[in-house]
Amino acid sequence: MAQGFLQVAIFVAIVIALTKPLGVYMARVFSGQRVFLSPVLGGAERLTYKALRVDPDEEHDWKAYAKSVVLFSLVSWVVLYLILRTQGIQPLNPTGFHSAPWDVSFNTTSSFVSNTNWQFYGGETTLSYFAQMVGLTVQNFVTPAVGICVLVAMTRGIVSRAGSSLGNFWQDLVRGVYYVLLPLSIVLALVLVSQGVVQTLGHAVSLTTLSGGSQVLALGPAASQIAIKQLGTNGGGFFNVNSAMPFENPNQLTNFFELLAIIMIPAALTYTYGRMTGRQREGWAIFAAMLAIYIAFIAVIIPAEQHGTPAQHAAGTPTAAIDGSTGGNMEGKEQRNGITDSALWATTTTVTSNGSVNSAHESYTGLGSAVPMSGLATSEVVFGGVGTGLYSMLLFVLLAVFIGGLMVGRTPEYLGKKIQAREIKLISLGVLFTPLAVLVTSGLAMAVRAGTRSIYESGPQGFSETLYAYLSQANNNGSAFAGYTGFVQPDAPGNSGSYGISFADLLGGATMTLARFIPIILVLAVAGSLANKKVSPAGPGTMRTDTPTFVILLIGVVILVGALTFFPALLLGPIVQSLTTRLF
Amino acid sequence: MRRMALSALLSVIFFTVVLGLGYGLAFTGVAQLLFPGKADGSKISIDGKVVGSSLIAQSFSEPKIGKNGKPVLDEEGEEVLVANPAYFQPRPSQTGYSPNTTYFSNRGPNSVAAREEVRERLAEYLRLNKPFDRSLTAEAVPVDAITTSGSGVDPEISEANARIQAHRIAAVRKLPLAQVEDLISAHTNGRFLGVFGEPGINVLELNLALDKEAPIK
Repeated sequence: MAQGFLQVAIFVAIVIALTKPLGVYMARVFSGQRVFLSPVLGGAERLTYKALRVDPDEEHDWKAYAKSVVLFSLVSWVVLYLILRTQGIQPLNPTGFHSAPWDVSFNTTSSFVSNTNWQFYGGETTLSYFAQMVGLTVQNFVTPAVGICVLVAMTRGIVSRAGSSLGNFWQDLVRGVYYVLLPLSIVLALVLVSQGVVQTLGHAVSLTTLSGGSQVLALGPAASQIAIKQLGTNGGGFFNVNSAMPFENPNQLTNFFELLAIIMIPAALTYTYGRMTGRQREGWAIFAAMLAIYIAFIAVIIPAEQHGTPAQHAAGTPTAAIDGSTGGNMEGKEQRNGITDSALWATTTTVTSNGSVNSAHESYTGLGSAVPMSGLATSEVVFGGVGTGLYSMLLFVLLAVFIGGLMVGRTPEYLGKKIQAREIKLISLGVLFTPLAVLVTSGLAMAVRAGTRSIYESGPQGFSETLYAYLSQANNNGSAFAGYTGFVQPDAPGNSGSYGISFADLLGGATMTLARFIPIILVLAVAGSLANKKVSPAGPGTMRTDTPTFVILLIGVVILVGALTFFPALLLGPIVQSLTTRLF
Repeated sequence: MRRMALSALLSVIFFTVVLGLGYGLAFTGVAQLLFPGKADGSKISIDGKVVGSSLIAQSFSEPKIGKNGKPVLDEEGEEVLVANPAYFQPRPSQTGYSPNTTYFSNRGPNSVAAREEVRERLAEYLRLNKPFDRSLTAEAVPVDAITTSGSGVDPEISEANARIQAHRIAAVRKLPLAQVEDLISAHTNGRFLGVFGEPGINVLELNLALDKEAPIK
């Protein structure tokens, strides 16, 4: 395990080192300053505004900004749904897949437009190359860009010196895609394809193995999609088993870079925030709170997985590390990732709202799976999704400021802006909407027969599957206890004879959509409300928000909201599983 | 509002063309130009025929022979397959080593079925290898050998797993153990930068190298 923790330490050090340069770069992009790519992309950017019929100098107040976000996402939804429904007549469909049933398409569409990328669909067994490349990949780019848009709009609201403008949505969107996501994706995709991630429009290859068996290599334009899937905290796999599939993540090098790609933009955005507010320490304070929770999670999950499962112990099979073998719980994990890189990925992908997996979360130990679930239960604010993580965290920051203000008996202020009744109402709604959505939906899914049809394993594991499914979808994460299903494909690969489990598909789809857009509207409303306020100078009684004390308060608020909401539910699932040696 | 809706429509169409078709097709072109073999699935060919992918595990099995000297058939009349002792065996697979219909085993940690499966796989592993390595005990069996991988086509096994199987390979192929161990070392993929990930041995590549050095007559 010492080797494992060494890996983690070096990885975290690299993330910290990248936070400043990438953060500065993004701050320059969204402040309209020149960056090294400006000579290359400036012309294309201006042409794009013409093509989209937008005036980038037009200023949006919060309502106009929110309307643009919603309209853009609505059109995205319709277009993606149409693409998924018309698979049978599409080009680039060498295996000739028809469309999946409508309820599964509904779920998949909601999943990608909300940056969740939950997979009821099966990747290589369900979707054409066209649907993956032209449907899903486009959403993989624009949904994280929308997340960044909302974040920079929120930031502008906080720093605004009495005005109502939050910037221009279309300009932020285009810049996010052109200057941040597209260049990084091209670089990462090149790294991936050089190591064996597939990128071809060619047909699947049927072959006879050395022993005379038959095997079909499913191929496709995967590298280009996987790069943005990781960078944009998307997570929907080209293949059903996602980043466990060697064609998505073939070796130790690609695993390292994909993992880095998952976390680096959400981490760097804290620096961007500090830079754009002109108070770098504020950015670092938020970063520190996120990092502390992240490291605590890692410190739990690695020993938990190293310990092995009750099933392994009951069978009397060895779980200790020996020379040349990791030991531990390797069920559903790949040899090249071992315990450490599987557990590190499981933590990273759930705290960041990415949701791609390189191992089967369902097969984690009870305590081990409590970590990804807690990552989800903290509302994706520990780095969180691209943009979404930090804007959600800012709601917690404001809440912490309010609570701190109550404790010292002063009007709460954040960066010189008074936090008053209207903001607190909006913030409370924003903070509570997602947890409430999880409790209501998972409760409903457990209570009705239509809901329990999706369950695969028996005993508390069946409850864990359900809770995980709605935690993941309501937090726009997308990782899963993959036994939980909403889509049955008896003749896979291909959709003939397949059917959806409508209850899970529709409830999940609706949850993902509402849990994406209601918080966005609330965050923009808070931003609009803050934008109009005058900045009052800090006095001796102002509570500072860039000190270790505040970091601890912030961590406390995040844990408290997550823990109080979900502790009873977690008790019934992963915690009971980690406390018992009983098998089910 | 109407102008906003128009921009929304135009932007979705625009991004679909640029980021969907443009990026995907252009990158496919670049990938095919720069890394043709890798981009097409790292296929391995023998005498012009594709026999596998170096990134995808395949089964190394042979028909089970009954007491009457004939292959044993299952209820559906298909030949029952067992591990071929002359080849290194990959990790167990829940999908029958299928790379075009992938799924996890999704066995929970407290699952009775999981207990039975690992118990059986442990017994099977000992049955296959113990005759060639008398000192082998259950405690020494590496965990990767008795658990299914995530992908079902994990191309690699652990070093400990390969070293145990080396005894069997050396005996069946009548090779010095040292020679088999050298082959294992030559096909071990180390950690990235010496730190990240776990070392693993590519089973298909190792078996192909074995066939080259000591073909089965």
